[in-house]
Amino acid sequence: MKFLVGLLTFLAVIVGVFAFLNLSWLALLGVLVLLALWMLLTRRGRQAASVTGIGVSTLPQRLGSSAVIVVGIAGVVGVLVAMLAMANGFRETLARTGSNDTVIVMRGASASEVSSVLGHDATVVIAQAPGIAKDDQGRPIASPELVVAANLPMMGGDPEEDFGSVQVRGIGDMAWELRRNATIIEGRKFTPGMRELVAGKGAQRQFQGLEVGHEVKLGNQAWTVVGIFESDDAMESELWGDAGVVGPTYRPNGGNSRTSVFARLTGADAFDAFKAALVSDPRLQVDVDTTLNYFSKQSEGTSKAITVIGMVVGTIMAIGAVFGALNTMFAAVATRAREIATLRAIGFRGLPVVIAIMLETMLLALLGGVLGGFIAWLIFNGYTASTLAAGSTGQLTFELSVAPAVLWTGIKWALAIGFIGGLYPALRAARMPVTTALRES
Amino acid sequence: MKYLHLIWAALFRRKTRTILTLLSIIMAFLLFGMLDAVRISFAEAGQSANGAERLQTGARLSFIQTLPKSLTEKIAAVPGVKDVAFANWFGGAYQDPHNQVFTFAVSDNYLDVYPEVIVSAEDRKAFADDLNGILAGEMLIKKYGWKIGDTIPLQSQIFPNQEGSKNWSFKLVGVMSSKDGRAFQSGMIILHWKKFDETTPYNQGEVGWYVSRVTDVNQADRIARDIDALSANSDHETKTQTEQAATRNWIKQMADIGLIVTSIMGAVFFTLVLLTGNTMMQAVRERTNELAVLKTMGFSNHKVLGLVLGESVLLLLLGGAIGLALVSVIGAALPAMSGGMINNTHVGISSWVVGIALATGIGLLIGALPATRAMRINIVDALAGR
Repeated sequence: MKFLVGLLTFLAVIVGVFAFLNLSWLALLGVLVLLALWMLLTRRGRQAASVTGIGVSTLPQRLGSSAVIVVGIAGVVGVLVAMLAMANGFRETLARTGSNDTVIVMRGASASEVSSVLGHDATVVIAQAPGIAKDDQGRPIASPELVVAANLPMMGGDPEEDFGSVQVRGIGDMAWELRRNATIIEGRKFTPGMRELVAGKGAQRQFQGLEVGHEVKLGNQAWTVVGIFESDDAMESELWGDAGVVGPTYRPNGGNSRTSVFARLTGADAFDAFKAALVSDPRLQVDVDTTLNYFSKQSEGTSKAITVIGMVVGTIMAIGAVFGALNTMFAAVATRAREIATLRAIGFRGLPVVIAIMLETMLLALLGGVLGGFIAWLIFNGYTASTLAAGSTGQLTFELSVAPAVLWTGIKWALAIGFIGGLYPALRAARMPVTTALRES
Repeated sequence: MKYLHLIWAALFRRKTRTILTLLSIIMAFLLFGMLDAVRISFAEAGQSANGAERLQTGARLSFIQTLPKSLTEKIAAVPGVKDVAFANWFGGAYQDPHNQVFTFAVSDNYLDVYPEVIVSAEDRKAFADDLNGILAGEMLIKKYGWKIGDTIPLQSQIFPNQEGSKNWSFKLVGVMSSKDGRAFQSGMIILHWKKFDETTPYNQGEVGWYVSRVTDVNQADRIARDIDALSANSDHETKTQTEQAATRNWIKQMADIGLIVTSIMGAVFFTLVLLTGNTMMQAVRERTNELAVLKTMGFSNHKVLGLVLGESVLLLLLGGAIGLALVSVIGAALPAMSGGMINNTHVGISSWVVGIALATGIGLLIGALPATRAMRINIVDALAGR
């Protein structure tokens, strides 16, 4: 019977914790308000508040063991937040690359730019589709681009052996008009028709020799780096050159073909008409998507994988921390057994005692969560990482981003650990026979 | 050793506390074992004996560039090269375009350079006889419930067939497996390069990369240079690396696994030291009386020190051993969860050694303070309860 009760409580706790982890902050605020009202307005609530007060006031005497809860949970939350910040930073970088009013057109059923091919005729047709915005001279803002990859020696590696892959984008004039966020911060733009490149800031950090005035070898050709650009998105990890020169280098017998066409629409609402026009055009067989959608989809797999790894590691650590919290709180309840029994002997009921001990644990847990989140933010916010992501052909550099949502998840985990860690000791304290507890020394 | 019983009794004096602490330690070492397995699995990728004698030759310009098939004979003629196979990236997806299945179009002798891939003689013959046949890895077959003889529709993300459609269909004629699923072919599909080249208008006698086997591993570097010299200054310069170097390079570009694992374990063990250290302090404080009695009976200061240290080391070793043993149990599910990416789930000897060393080290570290305290107990004060 006792075992059955224990099992049921355990199941209820697991379900409760999962529900809690999915709770929005609004709902949590509601719970907090209800709790506060209960404590202010009802007799039992006031009892609970005063017992909590006693417990919290004795915390400084139990500094060492209380620190176990705080530090244990800070460790869990720190690791969890760091991993989630990595997934988040990756997702944000790619999401920033796209927008609702720019579109990408690729050959049908291509998973990514590099696996798509559009002939010259197709790129001309696409640029004339309805809905594309015009520049000052009345030309459509559409940029046929060619995405390829190049092997370059990586930073800090052997220049003959440690090659990494970088995405090279062949572009035309319109690309700069289309991506106004890309600005040259050093040197100049490449001259059309020349073997010249501009390198993104992220790529520069990742590979050797991407300095203004230096030559890099793409295959057996020497290209000159003439500028460095900044765009604060995924494009920053690329090298840009004139599509008319990049094309023949990579596709000796198809230099006029491109991989994709990017275009700016007159507005986000022009998308449906634009898409319909291209899809129904018998000369084309293409997929049309907003860049926001396209780049978000590119980040899906990788950011999900990082999140899952973070959750698995976090869960194992959290279980460890729960045992640590249980240990501390059992000890705390044991040392205060006489005190709790006295309270109950003079008329305090079980519920206030349970609530008080749980609140105390969760307070410590909250402290740990905030501490862990703060440390993770201090170390990892803005930390640069790079990966060769699925669907891309070059390394992508991104910054870890400890967003409020990430911190909030960390805090919720901390509270959940505190909840489980406090529940069993609280139940034991409430169930202890008063007479035995009073006799204990 | 004769004090083991005494240490054991002291350890389980407070059962709940010890068991809870033990569980924390087990979780920490469980994580250590899993992450270390992952780290080793990445570090050892491509380091097999068979892998050491394989060289990979790809375009120097980038991995998406193709090479002419005519290089085959030239590479085969390089002294020291045993045999040469080649393959192309096909980019298959099954049912849903996002459901990627690694698929290579390979030369007829591809399986010869991967002796660790097990294909039965019948399957091999069936594959050789059927130009439209494919071999699939055992993990894929299990995952999708395919049977030999099934027609498998595959969507290529890059290459259309002669009708201009990217939906290809093949006949499954055999299974590729390997010991412990260690060869990456256990999770992929191979099809005939000949079929691929004849069907798609986008490929005309081009191959993605060459894999050659050398007769003498010690000459691999020289042979790699000779292969690259074949196409130096042409429009298709090559880069040849040992399989090991190529894989290491690839992983390095994906993520700094070592750094991530080390940081996580740093956080875990730091937390563990504080947590267990506190428990030990508590345990010794509670037993001040008993320790004083031991001293009265003639236990020397150093023996008391040793007893307490032994207790904390035993606690850590117990937790560490159980945790690492658990990894082997849970680890069986890991390859399936990671989609074949992680295939080393046994806790190797090296993990055990590091784990035991860590447990002992942490045990000594957290035992040091309470043990010194126990050593310095003044018998009279302790017995008087002062």
